[in-house]
This record gives sequence, structure tokens and C-alpha cells, in this order.
Amino acid sequence: MPFSIDPIYILILAGFVGFEIIKKVTPTLHTPLMSATNAISGISLVGSLVAAGSDHLTGQVLGFVAVTAATINVVGGFMITERMLKMFRKREKKS
Amino acid sequence: MNYMMEIVYLFSSVLFIMGLKGLSHPESARRGMHMAEAGMLFAVIGTLVGKQIVTWEWIIAGIAVGSAIGAAMAIFMPMTAMPQRIALSHAFGALAAVLVGINEYIEKGHLGEITNGLMGALGFEVLFGALTVTGSLMAFAKLNEMVKGAPITYKGQNLVNVSLFFVTVGMFLYLIFNPYDYAIFYTMIALSFLIGVFIVLPIGGADMPVVISLMNSYAGLAAAATGFAIDNKVLIIAGSLDGSSGFILSIIMSKAMNRSFTNVLFGAVGTPQVDTSKLAEERPIQRIGIEDAKFVLEQAERVVVVPGYGMAVAQAQHTVRELSDELEKRGTKVEFAIHPVAGRMPGHMNVLLAEANVSYDQLLEMEVINPTMDTVDVCIVIGANDVVNPAARTEKASPIYGMPIIDVDKAKTVIVMKRSMASGFAGIENPLFYEPNTKMLFGDAKNVMQELVAEFKKV
Repeated sequence: MPFSIDPIYILILAGFVGFEIIKKVTPTLHTPLMSATNAISGISLVGSLVAAGSDHLTGQVLGFVAVTAATINVVGGFMITERMLKMFRKREKKS
Repeated sequence: MNYMMEIVYLFSSVLFIMGLKGLSHPESARRGMHMAEAGMLFAVIGTLVGKQIVTWEWIIAGIAVGSAIGAAMAIFMPMTAMPQRIALSHAFGALAAVLVGINEYIEKGHLGEITNGLMGALGFEVLFGALTVTGSLMAFAKLNEMVKGAPITYKGQNLVNVSLFFVTVGMFLYLIFNPYDYAIFYTMIALSFLIGVFIVLPIGGADMPVVISLMNSYAGLAAAATGFAIDNKVLIIAGSLDGSSGFILSIIMSKAMNRSFTNVLFGAVGTPQVDTSKLAEERPIQRIGIEDAKFVLEQAERVVVVPGYGMAVAQAQHTVRELSDELEKRGTKVEFAIHPVAGRMPGHMNVLLAEANVSYDQLLEMEVINPTMDTVDVCIVIGANDVVNPAARTEKASPIYGMPIIDVDKAKTVIVMKRSMASGFAGIENPLFYEPNTKMLFGDAKNVMQELVAEFKKV
């Protein structure tokens, strides 16, 4: 595999996009932000799946643990973010 | 590379970015999360369909176990335990990255296909991954009070940490040019696990917001490195987003404490230098009882509540909201002033108050509330200490000098709810307590609040 510069472009540009977007996240939602980015970085699930689905035992066992850990983050992360966001309500002012 | 696959991953990446964009406002946040969830679903299904999957048992088992644990944690964890949960999830994310990295190393090692570039990515992935796993577990243990929260220090600690770090990085550099040295690879991982433990040991509970943010960033970087190692672009993008998010939060947290990263990581909080024994003699504190507190509050037109970690510990958020309801019934304007590092993680207070049904437009940031502080009639400080300590503005000798604080001392009256006169986490005395406009209301935050609410309901 020859060395490719593409991934570095992607990393840096995504970093800038992330920086600009996250800067605008309201401080009130900083905790949901953490659990949301956590769920999203659970995307390493994608790599874990390939390992767990391979044809040799080492990969399968390592993959299994990795799939479990990443799934905890994906499922748990999104669920808890939703649970938190549901709580952030604006109260109708009673007169 | 399969083009279909790439398009699915690209689509997922776009959905992730739009999902995070939603978090700029509570109104759009949930819709954003639905987009991110859809993105994740597409990426997973796309992988299962498009990649070479030969066995399914382990995948199904892993997803089943992970979903069960993840869902159980999400449903049953109380909001007060949120810092622990976040810390734990960084450990899980990093663990996945480390294991994928080890597997890739073994597999490509067998085939003799480890290039220098691949080794660089793998090394970065397992190094950052491993130290994030143990670092986050240490943070978890400290937050859960399984390990004492105070900084654990010993002589020569920084020297040990720094040399350990350099040895590990040295191994990493060596591996890039000698990728097939298995012993060094696994030793490097072991040392990285050790670094994670050592680096969090000397960090105290009050600095946890920075540590958690930093671990968030590292977990993201480890995921991005995984993307480099297995040539997967959605991993690079998601990891990079996570990494920059954690990085920004760390900067915000450090700024809010007027400290640099290195100071948080290497300089366990200094010894208190403000001599208040003299202060205490000259200016005695003024106590206030429940009835008088009610009387003062009744007269107020504008009340600001400043919560801190003590409110979380006492689980007083619901009672605080009840008091705010009682005051609002009487036509008083009630707001909450949130310091960025109040609590144990970014946004901790906001989540607790939202759970207690406080409307999010009542939660104000420090910069918004401070300029109007002198028009506030009563300021209630509940379980906060260092974030309202005026020594940060005036005492050059104080370890927290220069830290931005909520200027509660500018309010006409300050009611400080506190269990005792013991100083805050950092052991720094707080001159606020001796100010002539400060009234001390001693007792457990929740009990005191309950009594106060009962007093209001009496009439």
C-alpha cells in the first residue's frame, strides 16, 4: 500500500469543521455534547465488526470484546443523550 | 474499495456533523441526535452488508451484550452519576480502539504487511487508546469515590511520569522503523496503561471537568487513528469530531479555572496561602436562620441561585426548583448562574437542574449574569465555594487568583448554604463568608432547602 495523504486531509478538515460546530454548542448542553460525541465515536464499532466477523479466533475474540465495548457506547450513548435532551424544556410562563 | 460502501460512509459522516450542529440550541438538539443515530445505523448496516464478514456468532453476541449493558446504563443511571458514566464510556470507546489496533497488528504482522505508515497509525491508536482506558477508569473510580478524590502525590512524581512518557514515546518511534518487534509493541501497550493510571492519580476532584474533557479528546483521537490504520474514512471523521469536541471543552474548562493543561496535569493544587485566621478574628461571620432567610427572600425582586457540586452531592436540585417556584409565585424573578466548572464535568449543573424541571432559559452563563450582578437583591450560593471566591479577583497570593468567578459578592445580600465552615475542595479559604452582606445558613443543602420551602408554604 503506497503512502496516501488523503486521510490526513480528511482528519484536518474534519477537525476544523468540528471546531467550528462545537464552538457554537450552547454551554447548557455540554454534558449531552459529551455523551453524543461519545456515541458517535462508537463508530469504531465498524472496525470491530470486521474483526469479529473474520475467520480466525484471535480476531473473533478481540473483535467480540471490541464490538461489545463499542456497542455499549453507541446504544448507551445515544439513549442517555436522548434522555438528557428530553429534560431540557422551556417552561410556558404561567401568568 | 467498494464505492457503495464509501457513499454510505460519506452519508453517515454528513449526518454526524449535522447531528452535532443541532446541539447549538436545545430546540434543535433532539432532531440532531436522530440524524446522528440514523448515520450510525447506516454505517453499521453498510459495513455488515458490504465488508467481508464470514462468521456472525461473535458479532451478534457482542451487539446483544453491548446493547443490553448500554441500554441498562442509560435507563437506570441517575443523573447525579452522569460524570461517572461519561468517564466510563471514554474507557469503553478507547478499549475498542486498542483491541482493533492489536488485531490489525497481529493480522498484518502475519502477512508481513506492516508499513512504517501503518505502524505509525497503529502505535498512536494503541498508545492513546490504552492510556485513555486506564485514565478514564481512574477518573471513574475517583468520581465514584472508590479511590479517594483528593490528589494522590508522592515525591518525584512528575519525574516518574515524564520519564515513563518519554520511554513509551521512544518505543513508539522505534516501532515505526522496526514494526515487527512484538515484545516492544506489547510492552508499549502495558506502559501506556500505566501512564493512564499515573497521570490521573495526582488530579483532584475539582479538576475532573478538565480530565474528563481531555479523555474525551483522546478517545476521539484513538478512534481517528483507527481510521488511519484500517483505512476507514468515517472513523477518521467521527474521531476527529470527537477529538476536537473534547479539546474545545478542555480549553473552556481550563480557562474557567485560569489554568493551563500542563498545570492541571502536573501541578497538583497548591497549598492555601491566604491567611484567613486573622480575617476570621477581625470579621466574624453572620449566621441566618430559616425564618430570616425567608424574610429576606420575600423582599427580593430578583434572586439568583448559584449551584455547585454540593448541590449534586445533596441531591438538592428538586428542592431548589420548588423554592424557585414559590418565589416566582410571589412575582420574584429567579435565575440560575452556572459557572463552567461548577460540578464534576462540563454542563453538570445544567443537566441536574433540567432534570428538576428548571426551564433552560433560566440557566445563565457566568458572562451573562456578572454584569448585572449589582442589581440582584439576593444571591443564594448552594454547594459552591471556589467559583464564587472573591479572592480570585483580589488576592494575588491565592492559588485561584485570576480565575473568573461569579461575582456574588456584588449582590445586595448573599445567602451561603454550607454544611460547615470547612473550606472548599482545594482547601482555599473564602473571604466571601466574612463580607458584611453575606449571611451563612448552615446545614445539609437539601434539608435547609426543604425547611425553607416549608416556611414559604406555611403562609
